[in-house]
Amino acid sequence: MRETVAVFKREFTAYFATPLAYVFIVIFLALSGAMTFFLGNFFARGQADLEPFFSFHPWLYLFLVPAIAMRLWAEERKTGTIELLLTLPVSLTGAVVGKFLAAWAFAGVALLLTFPIWITVNYLGSPDNGVIVAAYLGSFVLAGAYLAIGACVSALTRNQVIAFVVACAACFLFTVSGTPIVLNFFSGWAPKLVVDTVASFSFLGHYLAITRGVIDAKDIVFFGSLIALFLYANVVVVEWKKGS
Amino acid sequence: MIEIDNLGKRFGAIVAVDGISLQVARGEVLGFLGPNGAGKSTTMKMVAGYLSPTSGTARVCGFDVVDHPIEVKRHLGYLPEGAPAYPDMTAEGFLRFCAELRGFSGAERDRRIGRAVELTQLKGVMAQPIDTLSKGFKRRVGLAQALLHDPEVLVLDEPTDGLDPNQKHEVRGLIRAMAPEKAIVISTHILEEVDAVCSRAVIIAGGRLVADGTPAEFEARSRHHNAVTIALPAAQAPGAAEALKAASGVAAVELGDSAGPHVRLTVIPSDGQDIAASLRALVAQKGWQIAEFHVERGRLDEVFRAITTRAAPETAHA
Repeated sequence: MRETVAVFKREFTAYFATPLAYVFIVIFLALSGAMTFFLGNFFARGQADLEPFFSFHPWLYLFLVPAIAMRLWAEERKTGTIELLLTLPVSLTGAVVGKFLAAWAFAGVALLLTFPIWITVNYLGSPDNGVIVAAYLGSFVLAGAYLAIGACVSALTRNQVIAFVVACAACFLFTVSGTPIVLNFFSGWAPKLVVDTVASFSFLGHYLAITRGVIDAKDIVFFGSLIALFLYANVVVVEWKKGS
Repeated sequence: MIEIDNLGKRFGAIVAVDGISLQVARGEVLGFLGPNGAGKSTTMKMVAGYLSPTSGTARVCGFDVVDHPIEVKRHLGYLPEGAPAYPDMTAEGFLRFCAELRGFSGAERDRRIGRAVELTQLKGVMAQPIDTLSKGFKRRVGLAQALLHDPEVLVLDEPTDGLDPNQKHEVRGLIRAMAPEKAIVISTHILEEVDAVCSRAVIIAGGRLVADGTPAEFEARSRHHNAVTIALPAAQAPGAAEALKAASGVAAVELGDSAGPHVRLTVIPSDGQDIAASLRALVAQKGWQIAEFHVERGRLDEVFRAITTRAAPETAHA
């Protein structure tokens, strides 16, 4: 617990110690705005909701979230500070959770800074704010899932670029696992159970369900257990890679 | 305080550490010597609880590194090789982070940081990002981190590497000052350091412990132990060399470099016996005008080379 708090504090401030935080936030806000208004036809739809805003988040996160996750462990291994961190009296699980939570909190800050669009939609019409809150929650949980994957991949390498690219690819597979891109690979030879299981891993499916305003325990449990699974894998990978 | 028991580490097919056993008691400063890649750092990493051993174990203050790694880390201060630190953090932020991970907070944390900063003389650079610090200061930040909790056992991997002579002197002074109440292990390949700070040294080559002794014992193994170097006028040198060679207890006489009008002769004793007194008598008897007369304690580099090159072929096929 103590180490989680200390690691969280260090990691969270580390984002703001470099331009990374500001670059990330500016680009995230600019892109999410641009996508909402231009690709999402926010005005032309004539509806007071944030559906065009949230529907692009999985695609935006796909390459922005690995950018926040890539440094978590790769940098520690590159600079050798991992040896320092792991020879302090801390539990590895505590450190893994602390780092993940710091990155997640940072993603949360970026997400909260999109509040002008919420104000805008409330100014223009009277949206269902309950749905919007649910969608924000869904978006935050989705970012957490991407981050857990990214953090785990980051522990595999000391090269941040590799961590970024591999995490993007892994996140892409999870995002589209309910679509033909992935399912066509399995259908035809794999049993239906396997195909259905793969399809059920689709981030898009679970995420869109939440953004519609239906907070189903099933979707939250899905993202929660996926995060837990990847954090566990993260601990295993750090332990395994220590010697190399 | 430290007991290493048949410790071994293998990375795939490579045996990095091959069954090392040794003990370090309170008050001792043990020097780890050995060529690069001999297994010094790997051994230290296992003692510090970073790497887990593939065979054997180590105990620090009675706690086993395999069964109680957290307890071991609590009792041990460790400076990893190269003194890694987070480059974006200030020295102060970094030390605060380490202190918090060690469970200190509030006034206690600040008091401990203050003490470590005083010991390592970091005061002037506390607000600077570690990135911008010189190598010497970086090393001292790493050292300060290892001293925060006033540990009973210190493991320092190359604590003076990259420091200028003044900084080396300071760090050695610090280690000597802490020595009486701690068990300290330092690794180095600077042999003079062994003489300067260590009460005992071990030599590791090819993952094995090949020699263990005090610096004086190592020096006694040298061919130059008790050798006498004399400088005398060039004209007298050839005759003197003959006479010295004939003296009792002398194994060889080597012609050294010339120092102005003088020539240096190094007289090597047989079996390291003390020949200083008899040579002094000989000099007086012959009436040589000597400009220099000094007795050597022995050359560590010579012993080091002899031990590590002898050990190498043996371990090449291990």
